Amino acid sequence: MTAAIEATDLVKTYRGDVRALNGLSLSVEPGSVFALLGPNGAGKSTTVKILTTLSRPDSGSAQVAGFDVLHQPEKVRLAIGCVGQRTGLDPEATGRENLVLQGRLNGMSGRALNERAEELLERFGLSEAANRLVRGYSGGMQRRLDIALGLVARPSVLFLDEPTTGLDPDVRAAMWSEIERLTADEGLTILLTTHYMEEADRLARRIAIVDRGRIVVEGTPEQLKSELRGDALHIQLGTAEVNGRVHTALAHLGEVRDIVVDGRALHARADAGARAVPLVLQALEQRGIAVESVTVARPSLDDVYLRYAGRRFETTETATKSEARR
Amino acid sequence: MTMARHAWYMTMRDLRALWRQPWYVAITLLQPVLYLLLFGALFKSVAQIPGFASASYVDFLTPGIVMMTALFSAGWSGMSTIQELERGTLDRLLTSPLRRVSLIAGRLLQSTAVVVLQSVIILAIAYAAGARFGLGGAAAILVFAALLGTAFAAFSNGVALLSRNEQTLIGAVNFLILPLTFLSAAFMQKSLMPAWIQHVADYNPVNWATESGRQLLTGVTDWGFVALRGGLLLALLAVCAVFATRAFRSYQRSV
Repeated sequence: MTAAIEATDLVKTYRGDVRALNGLSLSVEPGSVFALLGPNGAGKSTTVKILTTLSRPDSGSAQVAGFDVLHQPEKVRLAIGCVGQRTGLDPEATGRENLVLQGRLNGMSGRALNERAEELLERFGLSEAANRLVRGYSGGMQRRLDIALGLVARPSVLFLDEPTTGLDPDVRAAMWSEIERLTADEGLTILLTTHYMEEADRLARRIAIVDRGRIVVEGTPEQLKSELRGDALHIQLGTAEVNGRVHTALAHLGEVRDIVVDGRALHARADAGARAVPLVLQALEQRGIAVESVTVARPSLDDVYLRYAGRRFETTETATKSEARR
Repeated sequence: MTMARHAWYMTMRDLRALWRQPWYVAITLLQPVLYLLLFGALFKSVAQIPGFASASYVDFLTPGIVMMTALFSAGWSGMSTIQELERGTLDRLLTSPLRRVSLIAGRLLQSTAVVVLQSVIILAIAYAAGARFGLGGAAAILVFAALLGTAFAAFSNGVALLSRNEQTLIGAVNFLILPLTFLSAAFMQKSLMPAWIQHVADYNPVNWATESGRQLLTGVTDWGFVALRGGLLLALLAVCAVFATRAFRSYQRSV
């Protein structure tokens, strides 16, 4: 089966020599949810803009729903639905008018379009608000309508660019349920960008971590998490420390690795967290390093992010054993 | 065919949005009336200047106010484009199966519709205030107002897409509106202007539209003169429309 989205070596440089994409490649299986996870400015949105024909890459190629984004943009546009980072709605039109216009632009008309609009309004809980101006909608309602607009023409690929950024936590949770229900739709492929680990973990079948314009690691949430063996130790120190002293204190223990000190925060990994904690505390105490609190956690996508997205690793001295980074 | 249908959807969308802002509608309709009555009263004695050809200043002023209003209302067309650009609506439309030409055409036709409506109101008020003209002349001046207004609306959208900044657009439009109006025969007969302004006016699209409109309205028409200026305005509209469509590409390169 051919991929629903296939991107090869995308490079994009903006004016002022900002390199947004630096050889990004990805492949998304039809009918699956694929998440691009990364910090702001990593290149997630640029990737979506290129795949949705809004922007053109400097080099590289991409196919969406079997069509080339550079040479067949009209065909791509007919096959996709896009929910941008910002709301794309027309505030001076009603919810229904927004839907109907989008449907018409996609070549729908008459009863088929009216029924589709009605169905989506119902499904996204907007039936009562359908004839009110969008300008009076809440943030959550606008976001739901955005997604409804993306779905009106029954696309085969749906792009969701940070669909829950700026939403209240409870609205975000409701949005996740909506998106989960979408994935049950037959054949719909979803490419989602997010900087929330939890969101990618919950919604995506595969996750790619994007940093500095390229994908640094890709896999299922489980694969990514299992790459980090053992437990995560998070220790709050009494005073800010430089890495060297902490490293010297802990290195000989043999229990912990991937030691990172960021001000007063000390992160490390251990095969068995419960066994390592007393030894670590003892070693730190011997060196006169005060400890305020200790947490032991199973690895989360957060830790994967910390390891691969790289931002915190950049600013901190790392004491990496050769085994920690392959 | 699809292109025309899409342009029609976009025009209707814009007009519907306008219609839903009653204050905006009221101001849009009242402003030209105010201009006509205000300037008509202010410059009334101009008609007494020796060598002034028209006996009634309102007769003379009507085409000038029609063109000035076209300029004033169409010049702000780019503002909605900037708002849509900031809101994200433009990005959604650009990833929809909608031709760029239809997107621009929709926005321009909305301006054209407003300009024509305002012109009709000005003509009606002018008639009530004593100006006299035939129906044919009135219909013809609408065409000139539409050409001038639509060209300026296209220019405004082009600037909007290149600058992506409301302040820049306001600055550019304000910078042009008054000089273009006052360096034309909108308020003053051309032969009574200083020589240098007469020269400048020869190249001023507002003057092309005003002088042609005045000839058509009074019924004393030099058809060669009017046809040449109509052609020039049409060419200007084409240039501005290409500029606006190109500006879309420049915007897309930047996103």
